[in-house]
Amino acid sequence: MGRLALRVFALGYLAALLLIPLGLVVFRAFEEGPGEAWEAVTTPDALHAFWLTILIAAIAVPANTVFGVLCALAVVRRRFRGHGLVNGIVDLPLALSPVVVGLALFLVYARGGWFGQTLLDNGMQVIFALPGMVLATIFVSLPFVVREVVPVLREIGDEQEQAAATLGASSWQTFWRITLPAIRWGVAYGVVLTTARALGEFGAVAVVSGRIAGKTETLTLFVNERFERFDLVGAYAASLVLALMAIATLAATTLVRKGEHT
Amino acid sequence: MIAARNVTKRFGDFVALDGVSVEVPSGSLTALLGPSGSGKSTLLRVLAGLETPDAGDVWISDEDATRLSPQKRNVGFVFQHYAAFKHMTVWENVAFGLKIRKRPKDAIATRVAELLDLVQLTGFGERYPAQLSGGQRQRMALARALAVEPEVLLLDEPFGALDARVRKELRSWLRRLHDDVHVTTVFVTHDQEEAMDVADRIVVMNEGRIEQVGAPRDLYERPANEFVMTFVGPTTQIEGEYARPHDLELVPADEHGGVRAEILRVVHLGFEVRVELLTETDEEVTVQLTREEAAGLAPSVGDRVCVRSRERAVSAS
Repeated sequence: MGRLALRVFALGYLAALLLIPLGLVVFRAFEEGPGEAWEAVTTPDALHAFWLTILIAAIAVPANTVFGVLCALAVVRRRFRGHGLVNGIVDLPLALSPVVVGLALFLVYARGGWFGQTLLDNGMQVIFALPGMVLATIFVSLPFVVREVVPVLREIGDEQEQAAATLGASSWQTFWRITLPAIRWGVAYGVVLTTARALGEFGAVAVVSGRIAGKTETLTLFVNERFERFDLVGAYAASLVLALMAIATLAATTLVRKGEHT
Repeated sequence: MIAARNVTKRFGDFVALDGVSVEVPSGSLTALLGPSGSGKSTLLRVLAGLETPDAGDVWISDEDATRLSPQKRNVGFVFQHYAAFKHMTVWENVAFGLKIRKRPKDAIATRVAELLDLVQLTGFGERYPAQLSGGQRQRMALARALAVEPEVLLLDEPFGALDARVRKELRSWLRRLHDDVHVTTVFVTHDQEEAMDVADRIVVMNEGRIEQVGAPRDLYERPANEFVMTFVGPTTQIEGEYARPHDLELVPADEHGGVRAEILRVVHLGFEVRVELLTETDEEVTVQLTREEAAGLAPSVGDRVCVRSRERAVSAS
């Protein structure tokens, strides 16, 4: 009886908080017919936002994967000064509000900012352009690969790597043939989480992008903009696209989890 | 030949090796024996290049290897917990060092087949380490280390993680393997029985120093000091000196030359009989008798007897 009550409560809670609102998004998106919804998400601005989102994720995710694996290796395998500091700083993006991240980047890279002026003088615009948006996305999705890989590295220990070294493998060969295969599921899980975070990022990107429709608008910014202009079909339809992308990443997670146990 | 000269290694304040010098002759099977914390594993890891000594140097085949990375030393290393490459099959594990050395494919196939046969794992090539028993995993690790024809084979408590029966099997198997392959071998153990059983030379270590080097029999019969005496083989104390229980004998209380004592306990251990006594001077002494001696003497609890050294008794002071 207690178990049933718990299940009903859990499901009811999830339904009220997540399923019903999401269901309504789907319902509203198609309220005026599927044709309207399709049209709303295939306007040039919508398509641009879609591809820009994909592009940013396509840069930020590999960058964070490489950094994440290197950083995890440094934290677990090397003893150096400031070891604990690095470990702490990696978590900062989880604790910090994305808006603050955006503002911080703005201060550094905007016209008259720390690096911003020098970069502008050399013809490189960061704020209100793609580089700034990529930086913001990298920043907010930084910890996931590190956090997934660190415990796996700790668990496997370094004896396999030492064994490879005594068998004549260079550190490069050891990394590719021993370490990477051993941590692959941790890396994969981290990549999935990083992707989800990159696709859904709003606050930091909103600050640094300038939100120029058709130019620096990602899908999340596009949804917000449509909503503020009372283009509800557009907002809901674009939300639906984001939701579908999220479901695709979740499906990838399930695949990763299955792979882990084989 | 492999040698360490005046090697010192510290971990923080802890001195793991304190100016250790040791030579391992080619073709020998040497045991590094000592209690935990004696520095034996650290010495082995220094020989392999897995630890860098703070001072002193390492020589492999008359070449100064102190600055060489493990990768370039051509040593085989076997870990207590196997260090199996979990994502590779047994075959791939054994072939690893050969693939790294870019040997031709058919040469690798022949060599791996040979080695799997040597360690009695033929037919297990397609399995993963997780599908093997502990003893099989350790044999796989040995084959993997031997594949690259190392200058020297180093084994760190190789049987430490195995249960007693498998450990005994693997011990005698390692001895036979060494007689076949003749690769210079150094293994670390804290078990004196294991060292006596397998090695032809034993290096006894304690607190980062070497106490004595010698053949198993030398250590047993001519221990250099009290530590070696008490660590290698059973000891008992009589009149403040150490003796082997089987170097003592019991005679009737009215005979001369000995210490008077009362029998506390008589334990029958098959071929041997162990008698525990309390001397007049309040020492607890253990004496080991053969079954025949015990039959003649018929010791029983409460009897008053005399304990004295046999002719060949050795004592270390």
